[in-house]
Amino acid sequence: MVPVQCYFVLSALLFFIGVYGFVTRRNLIAMLISIELVLNAVDINFAAFNRLLFPGLNEGFFMTLFSIGVSAAESAVAIAIILNVYRKFKSDTVDAISNLKH
Amino acid sequence: MANIIMFCILAVVILGSAVMCVTTKRIMRAATFMLFVLFGVAGLYFLLDYTYLGAAQISVYAGGVTMIYIFAIQLVSKRTLQGMVEKIKCSRAIGAALLSVVGLATVAFVFLKNEFMCRACEVVDAEVPIRTIGHALVGSEKYQYVLPFEFISIFLLACIIGALVVSRKVEEE
Repeated sequence: MVPVQCYFVLSALLFFIGVYGFVTRRNLIAMLISIELVLNAVDINFAAFNRLLFPGLNEGFFMTLFSIGVSAAESAVAIAIILNVYRKFKSDTVDAISNLKH
Repeated sequence: MANIIMFCILAVVILGSAVMCVTTKRIMRAATFMLFVLFGVAGLYFLLDYTYLGAAQISVYAGGVTMIYIFAIQLVSKRTLQGMVEKIKCSRAIGAALLSVVGLATVAFVFLKNEFMCRACEVVDAEVPIRTIGHALVGSEKYQYVLPFEFISIFLLACIIGALVVSRKVEEE
């Protein structure tokens, strides 16, 4: 039986590793990968809360299931946008996209 | 005891791969390390006896999302494959590390000082039966999820169409 604190500390560490990656990386795909790390940390938390604090219920389970589905859709749309950005600006970093600013 | 050993192995795999994923300079390697993180998280679900969730994680994330990323990396540019060196500004890295450490300290403090830890109960190692999951997914009673289930299917359809429209090659007039 793993103590519930271990799951929380692990997911908090994973979350902030993802935040660090999101702030430091400038490549669009690398930023998207960091977002996936953050989403996974949140999913671990949902599952662990449900399993270890409320074992009779299934809300966290289904929340994680729907979150997996939504993040798959999100990454498909984001990849489509990134491909379009690359085709238009010939670059894959966020600094290249400045048309909306002025 | 076996559970704790498995948890330690998975934690080392997840955290090590995640750190490598955000610090490596090559995008292809970052995607590969993300795959390891996703497998580790699936292992955590198996450890929690959520086998259905682990299977969904492997098939959707490791099978689908990672493939999308790898195809996008291959399509976006040739030089990413040959080891594009991405410059990470030192000041930005220090700021991000500071932000992460402060946030981590806050979150860990809130988690570990909280009262709900004491309510953590001993759970018998029994997985959620698939019949329960199926009934809850397509039932419309209380604590059943037919509406989000249908919403997800419409949402996925909308996303497929949206992705096709966005990434379609525009004809030059």
